[in-house]
Amino acid sequence: MTSEELKAETSEGLQELQEREGTDPVTLAIEEGSPVRLPEGPTLDPGDIDVEFGEDETMIINMGPQHPSTHGVLRIMLELEGETVLRSKPIIGYLHTGMEKTGEELTYVQGATNVTRMDYLSPLHNELVFSLAVEALLGIEMPPRATWIRMLMTELNRISSHLLWMATNGMDLASTSMMIYGFRDREMVLSFFEKTTGLRMNHDYIRPGGVAADLPDGWEDDVMAIVETIPGRVDEYDEILTGQPIFKHRTEGVGIISPELAVAMSATGPILRASGVAWDLRRAMPYLAYDEVDFDVIVGTVGDTFDRYAVRLNEIRESCKIVRQCVERMPLGDYRAQDKKVTPPPRARIDESMEALIHHFKIFTRGFEVPTGEVYTAIESPRGELGCYLVADGSNKPYRMHIRAPSFVNLQSLPPLLRGGLIADAVAVISSVDPVMGEVDR
Amino acid sequence: MTTMGASAAELAGLTESSSTGAGGQEVLHVTRERYLEVAGALRSAGFEMCADLCVVDYLRHFERPLPQAVTPERFEVVVNLVSLEHHQRVRLRVQVPDGDPVVPTLFNLYPGTENMEREAFDLYGVCFEGHPDHTRILMPDDWEGHPLRKDYSVGRVPVQFKQAPGPR
Amino acid sequence: MGLEDLSHNFLTGSLEELVKWARRSSVWPATFGLACCAIEMMAAGAADFDLARFGMEVFRGSPRQADLMVVAGRVSQKMAPVLRQVYDQMVEPKWVISMGVCASTGGMFNNYAIVQGVDQIVPVDVYAPGCPPSPQTLIHAILTLHEKIRLGELTQRRPGERGAGIDLATEPAASGWVASPSTAVRLGTPR
Repeated sequence: MTSEELKAETSEGLQELQEREGTDPVTLAIEEGSPVRLPEGPTLDPGDIDVEFGEDETMIINMGPQHPSTHGVLRIMLELEGETVLRSKPIIGYLHTGMEKTGEELTYVQGATNVTRMDYLSPLHNELVFSLAVEALLGIEMPPRATWIRMLMTELNRISSHLLWMATNGMDLASTSMMIYGFRDREMVLSFFEKTTGLRMNHDYIRPGGVAADLPDGWEDDVMAIVETIPGRVDEYDEILTGQPIFKHRTEGVGIISPELAVAMSATGPILRASGVAWDLRRAMPYLAYDEVDFDVIVGTVGDTFDRYAVRLNEIRESCKIVRQCVERMPLGDYRAQDKKVTPPPRARIDESMEALIHHFKIFTRGFEVPTGEVYTAIESPRGELGCYLVADGSNKPYRMHIRAPSFVNLQSLPPLLRGGLIADAVAVISSVDPVMGEVDR
Repeated sequence: MTTMGASAAELAGLTESSSTGAGGQEVLHVTRERYLEVAGALRSAGFEMCADLCVVDYLRHFERPLPQAVTPERFEVVVNLVSLEHHQRVRLRVQVPDGDPVVPTLFNLYPGTENMEREAFDLYGVCFEGHPDHTRILMPDDWEGHPLRKDYSVGRVPVQFKQAPGPR
Repeated sequence: MGLEDLSHNFLTGSLEELVKWARRSSVWPATFGLACCAIEMMAAGAADFDLARFGMEVFRGSPRQADLMVVAGRVSQKMAPVLRQVYDQMVEPKWVISMGVCASTGGMFNNYAIVQGVDQIVPVDVYAPGCPPSPQTLIHAILTLHEKIRLGELTQRRPGERGAGIDLATEPAASGWVASPSTAVRLGTPR
């Protein structure tokens, strides 16, 4: 097919779901997850799918983009037979911000402000992956303190992101007290962030070259207060939710994904780990100092909604472990690389030295140049593999900055997850997939 | 040091040009004709997950460093594959000309490229032949143009301050 | 005979105060969280910055039951018609708070994808700056809205809307007790 023919298909209306009788068997087979076709293995026969429902028996309804239960502006078209979901189609783009285009207009120093607003629940992870990519292209080494500070902050961010997930998940499953509890604990982490970075969210703290500022005095006490309170509270939430029969009925056996399907759909993060695949980038391809800290990778067995909840709950505990080790083993030293061309001089030096003033001016107005090259860096964000593909052309702005957003890819596994469940299960499943529309749409 | 990816490509009898990305990352340059073959060979060699698929528009940076045997074109489709078993990554780069921006789809090998290819089409106009749902995903359905191309402007609105004092 | 026929006179004075007190004491927001600001809005509704003390913790799912639309987050080109539709579905009296810089002016995203200010689509009553505005800023915006309700006309007419009578910009003297638009509502500096 020529590109003209391919493009001609995008007339208005094709982002919608076609009626059942007008859809070919291969597309109908996709609702079963049948595109998992191993090149040397058997292919699923679309004729096996029960397609005897005529058009007058199924109903296509629309959920979102403004809906109390969808996480952000996600629109899902559901084909229902009664209340059972057959096909579904997530329609995204309602939060498309053109951040990758904006990233080409901003310098590398400003890049972190742009990237941080993609996954707004774990902004420090976005900043980290961008900074790691830039530093890989620059070829500079981070001082150990910078690395450990980054690790501390990103693990705290993982705790706050998972706590918010537990809050919103609880609310989607009608446990409003979980919402209040989750936000209460999140405030502890956020007030530490405000003390260190100046902002509660979207910090612009982890920048290429290190971190923006050193940890404040007395940070050990604040962080230890966090890691001493939160595990106890997480045990309470465990009691509230895990043992509760309604929660268990709503989540056990709902939205099961097999490991092969998860890998085929490129799902990463808690979705993949809950289905049994022990793939955590912090262990498999360690970055920062994760090979020096001791923590476990939480893996589920069944791959249903309950397992995804359990994986995230226990990841909070593991992150508390990592944060504790960061506090104990935080090295002294510089919090940013001492490369004059990349990191701005300390403020006191600007009064003393003309060269420092010029460097400061140059770095904050023009930014630094990055030699030509391309790199793909990936870290483990709370939602999965967060990657940054950066192409540099030797100037002070990225030539191409592409962020591989985990939620964007995880949303592809929604149709097989939703099939066969009820609408109420759809709410639970979408919540357990944990999409953050900021990074889905970018 | 031959890693899995390069050896897989050699095993499959496809001697493609390779280069190293920053930090020793393995990059294979593939022609459009051999694209599916190489991806299939890599999949059989153990790279079961496609981490990322994106497009780069080299309109303003046409003279980028490439191996000798590769002719540069305007667009490049970049595919990042990962092997969970061997903890390795490999990157494929396919040159796509401007006049005929069509590439075969990886959907049948890696269903996880469904959204990624739709986004690449939406924002760059590179078409993926054989994709089951070849529509726009991020922009509205009736949007004209492909925003992330280098000849598409950012769309800045000039910001003016009310009652600003005129130039002195 | 509805509220529109009520003309302001000494008989209806305290009735209007009563109605305005009732209106500002339980403004129910519609869920319209879009992006990062939505998280701060949820945090404002949670325990540490309680919105329930203003009668606002019930975020209504249906716009028919809501009074206030807090546009929290960046509005993309695809979302703009949805925003207008939800606003139209809300029943009078209704107010709009534009939360965050992206909703107020487009914020840091001055590009093809973001509507440069939600006031291009819906009339806005209060703008809350910040990226994202902390819950204290949002509460300040809400209290400003309460003041606006307290000082404003009972049957609020926005210029240019269907049935618009008074154009406040050009006829400030039409009803002398209305707070003229140039008067800032001063509540004191937030924390």
